[in-house]
Amino acid sequence: MQQNNTEKQINVSYAMTETNEKKISAMEDTGSHAIDMDSLIDRHDKLNLDTESICIEVRDFNLYYGDKQALKDINFRIPEKRVTAFIGPSGCGKSTLLRSFNRMNDLIDIVRTEGVINIYGEGIFDKSVNVAELRRRVGMVFQKPNPFPKSIYENVAYGLRIQGVNDRRTLDSAVEKSLRGAALWDEVKDRLNDNGLGLSGGQAQRLVIARAIAIEPEILLLDEPCSALDPISTLKIEELIYELKNEYTIVIVTHNMQQAARVSDYTAYMYLGELIEFNDTSTLFTNPREKMTEDYITGRYG
Amino acid sequence: MASSTLRGHISKQFDRDLEDVREHVLKMGGYVEQQLADAMKALIEGDPELAEKVIKNEYNVNRLEVDIDEEVTQLLARRQPAAGDLRMTMAVIKTITDLERIGDEAQKIAKMGLELSGTQGPKSYYVGINAMGIHVFNMVHGALDAFARMDSKAALSVASDEPESDEQYAAILRQLITYMMEDPRSISGTLDAVWAARALERIGDHSRNICEYVIYFAEGKDVRHISLEDVEKKLNLGNSD
Repeated sequence: MQQNNTEKQINVSYAMTETNEKKISAMEDTGSHAIDMDSLIDRHDKLNLDTESICIEVRDFNLYYGDKQALKDINFRIPEKRVTAFIGPSGCGKSTLLRSFNRMNDLIDIVRTEGVINIYGEGIFDKSVNVAELRRRVGMVFQKPNPFPKSIYENVAYGLRIQGVNDRRTLDSAVEKSLRGAALWDEVKDRLNDNGLGLSGGQAQRLVIARAIAIEPEILLLDEPCSALDPISTLKIEELIYELKNEYTIVIVTHNMQQAARVSDYTAYMYLGELIEFNDTSTLFTNPREKMTEDYITGRYG
Repeated sequence: MASSTLRGHISKQFDRDLEDVREHVLKMGGYVEQQLADAMKALIEGDPELAEKVIKNEYNVNRLEVDIDEEVTQLLARRQPAAGDLRMTMAVIKTITDLERIGDEAQKIAKMGLELSGTQGPKSYYVGINAMGIHVFNMVHGALDAFARMDSKAALSVASDEPESDEQYAAILRQLITYMMEDPRSISGTLDAVWAARALERIGDHSRNICEYVIYFAEGKDVRHISLEDVEKKLNLGNSD
C-alpha cells in the first residue's frame, strides 16, 4: 500500500513536470508573452534620414552678400513632415539659409547665390518658377509677431483675399480652420472683429502662424518664432509645432538649444556659414559626431 | 568626445559643479573600496571588531549616495547638461547606484565575518575566498581608476576580468559543497562562507557595470547586456570611422 502511494506520487510529479515542459515549449514556439517585445523595442528606433521622403534638397549651395560669402558649400536634405531645426551662434548663416528656401533673399540686391535648392525635386531658382507661388507653398513666420493693423478675421483671410477668394462661407471656414490649427480659436472666437494688434505677444505669434497656414503651404519656415515670447506662450507654440508637423514640413531657426532639442526631429548645427553637422536630434544632443557641435551645445563655444 | 572635459565651459560655475560631482563620486568610490578591504580582512582574520566597524560605516555609503543624488538633481534642474555633459551625468547617476550596492555587499561580507569569527570552522576554504577577494578588489579599484580618467580602454580591460570572478565563485562553491557533504555539522558555517563568496561575485558584476558607464561616457556607445567580444567589436568600429 505504502509502496503504491509513493509510486503514485512519483507519477503525479512526473506528469506535472511534463505539463510544465509542454507549457514552456509552447511559450518558446509562439513566443507568447503578455507583452509584445517587438513593439517595445521598436519605439527606441532612431530616425533615419534614408527612410524619409525628402522635401527640400540643398546641393552645393553658396550665398554671397556682395564679396562676403555667407553660406559655404551647403549640402543636405530636409525630410517631409518633420521638424528640422537650425542652431548655431549669431551670424552663422542659419537665418540666411532659411530665407533661401522661399527666396526672401531675392529682396536684397547684393545677394548672389550658386548651387541648387530643390523642393520636391523642382529647382526653386529655375527661370520657370513663379516666386509668388513659391512663397505661397513655403510660408514664413518671423521673430517678432507682425499682425496687420486689421481685424483678427482679416489677418487670417488676407492671403486668401489676395488670391481672389471672396466667398464669405469659404473665408469663414478657412479662418476657423486656420485659427483652430494655430491653437488660437478658443481664445479669439468671440472677438474676431477686434484689431489683431490688440493681442498679446504669444497670441499674435499664433495669429501670424494661422495667417501662414490659411493659404495651405507645404512648408513652414519659422525664424526664431519664440524669442520674443514668455515661457508659457513659448510652450504653446512648441505644442503647436508638434501638431503642425502632421501636415507640414517645418524648418525652425532657434537660439534656444533646449527648444531645438524639444521640438525638432533633425538638427543642423551651423558655424561661420558652414553646415558642421546634420543629424537626428536625439543623436546630436547625446552623442554629436563633431567636436565643434559638442562644444556649442554644452556651452563651451567661444 | 572625452577630450571635451579638458576644455572649460563658458560658465565656470558649471565647470565647478561638474567637477565637484565627479570628485564626490571618486570619494564615495574610495570609501567603498576601504569598506570592501576591511570586510575582507575581518572575514579572513576573523576580526569581529573590524566587522562591526564595516557594518556601522555602511550608513556613510548610503549618505554619500543620497548627497550625490541631490547634487545631480540640482545639476539637471539648473544646467540641462547636453552631449558629453549629459552622458557624464548619466554615468554618475548609474555609478553611484552600483557603488552603493558594492557597499551593501561589503557589509554582507562583514556580517558573515562576524558570524564566522566565533566558530571553529575549517579555515582552509578562506584561501579561495581570499584570492577571489583580491581579484574583485582589484576590479573595483580598476573600475574607479577608469572612471577617474574616463578611460574606455582601461574600463574594457577591467570588464574583461569579470568572467574570471564568476569562475572563481563556481570553484569556491564546488569546494564548499564538498565540505558540507563531508561534515554536515559544518553546513551552517560553510553557508556563511558561500554567502560571502556570492557577495564578492556580485561586486565583480557591479564593477563591470561601472566600466560600462565609463565606456558609455567616453565613446557614447551603450555596451550593457552584450558579450565582451561584441563590446570589443563595437569599440573597434568606433575607432575605425
